[in-house]
Amino acid sequence: MTLSNKQIQAIETAAHQVRVDVLRMVNAATCGHPGGPLGMADFMSTLFLEHFNLDPSTLHDPDRDRLILGNGHTCAGYYALLAYKGLISRDELMTFRKFGSRLQGHPHRNADMGIDFSTGSLGNSLSVATGMALGARLAGYENRIFSISSDGESQEGQIWEAATSAAHYRLGNLTVIVDFNNIQIDGVMRQVMDVRDLRAKYEAFGWHAMDVNGHDILAVHDALETAHNVTDRPSAIIAHTIIGKGVSFMENQSSWHGVAPNDEQLKLALAELG
Amino acid sequence: MPSTQTLAPLVNGGDIRKMATRDAYGATLLELGAERPDVVVLDADLSGSTKTKAFSKAYPERFFNQGVAEANMMGTAAGIATMGYTVFASSFAMFAAGKPWEQIRQSICVPELSVKICATHAGLTVGEDGKSHQMLEDIALMRVLPHMRVIVPADGVEAAQAVRAVAAAPGPFYVRLSRASTPVIFSEDYRFEIGKGSILREGSDVCLAACGVCVAPTLEAAELLAEQGIQARVVNFATIDPIDSTLVAESARQCGAIVTVEEHQIRGGLGDAVAQAVVRHHPVPMDLIGMDDAFGQSGTADELLVYYGISAPAIAQRAQALILRKA
Repeated sequence: MTLSNKQIQAIETAAHQVRVDVLRMVNAATCGHPGGPLGMADFMSTLFLEHFNLDPSTLHDPDRDRLILGNGHTCAGYYALLAYKGLISRDELMTFRKFGSRLQGHPHRNADMGIDFSTGSLGNSLSVATGMALGARLAGYENRIFSISSDGESQEGQIWEAATSAAHYRLGNLTVIVDFNNIQIDGVMRQVMDVRDLRAKYEAFGWHAMDVNGHDILAVHDALETAHNVTDRPSAIIAHTIIGKGVSFMENQSSWHGVAPNDEQLKLALAELG
Repeated sequence: MPSTQTLAPLVNGGDIRKMATRDAYGATLLELGAERPDVVVLDADLSGSTKTKAFSKAYPERFFNQGVAEANMMGTAAGIATMGYTVFASSFAMFAAGKPWEQIRQSICVPELSVKICATHAGLTVGEDGKSHQMLEDIALMRVLPHMRVIVPADGVEAAQAVRAVAAAPGPFYVRLSRASTPVIFSEDYRFEIGKGSILREGSDVCLAACGVCVAPTLEAAELLAEQGIQARVVNFATIDPIDSTLVAESARQCGAIVTVEEHQIRGGLGDAVAQAVVRHHPVPMDLIGMDDAFGQSGTADELLVYYGISAPAIAQRAQALILRKA
């Protein structure tokens, strides 16, 4: 089912709100990672509004969908979407990274907020998602497991152990979404350590794999639907994105991977977003 | 005053029954499979050796072989546990505690999940496979982790009860098991309790504190000391973390000196755990028997224990030397 104009507008509104929230949160924290969540705002908003069935009414359902944010440093956008869907208050977003906050610098599992797993150390996510998918199937659930990863995380060997296992166990309920922005902390991914063609790699491991423009909401939605319909093996969606998307001076800059905008930069950025 | 455990016939004649703690694990896991539909088992291509194979045959839908990929196994165990299952994950101790330490920390201990790592072939007594397979650092690696509890059963009777106890308790556990067949120490009326040490023999000249397969030679050492007129208290600390600090302190007060015995590096192992409790609660002279900053080598279990000074005569000798240091 394709999206109606109304649905697309709702996703665009959410993505815009996520970008504004991320910039404000990281600015208030005076540290954090703005680039990744800006780049994934369109994809994650499509996922949260149209596919991932977490909301206040399903929060404690054992058979609801699960999500693990492998690139945990991008959690500002994750928290913004939890707020957008009413799982936490908007006021709480401004506690991000501060002492005593539930919004830790990297996500910590919290059943009351719908945070399904603790992450932050790259490489661990897909193994955990594989376990969630095995457990869900064993329990007879018909839910989906979404594992968010990145090109940088794909440099970790454990990702490929998990890719082997998930294909071996034909986990059709598992979808990995790889944020592919060609940027990592030390610079351009292709120069630091080129992970090459991830679609071809996942296909070679026995997955159904797709490349998609991570800023094309309709294409993202189609890819997520296709992943749902492929039930005999896990699916990988390689989302090609622009780090810092929406803020001209942050786009494609590795320097904005993990630096907070100051007040002046925040003003400029918010003005650009409109 | 804590009571002394009833022991099976060991050194005073009678039949010495032998059993590997890994065999007790496999048999108990099979029983748990029947009793507990929430028990899931993972292994990393060593199910014949770790003894999870019986479970895999009886409950194939709840057994997932992970291949030779231990890091992935620990993450997968964590993921399955989030869906409400109690997950046992097994491999050799070297590959269950050493290789995937970071995964255990991040994916099992941080979120406090019910994953029970039951690691076999621990310590020197793995024998002929040599230093690459003789895991001598796992107690240290595991006891340093918040939320992780560490159990080292002394014999098959205790191992069976420990496996049941960790299955019943929420959260992460590391159970250290052995390859070698070792004497059955406990009679069937023994009751294991998480976090409690057990007194196997009373005495007040020195306390010999041991864990795992080192408990049997430590009991023999107490016999040798008795022949010299020295009465040693022997304590089995099956739970290394949390250590039974009440029993450590009480033993320090009663005996005035403590020797620890383990087939593990003395840095970070049982000796360290007991020493921390001694320093905090009742400082007395101590000696720590185990591997002293060395890797092992190939040989039979007995040859290696003798060579590295973890035999009954060596324990008795070190205890006698320590007694001379008592205030």
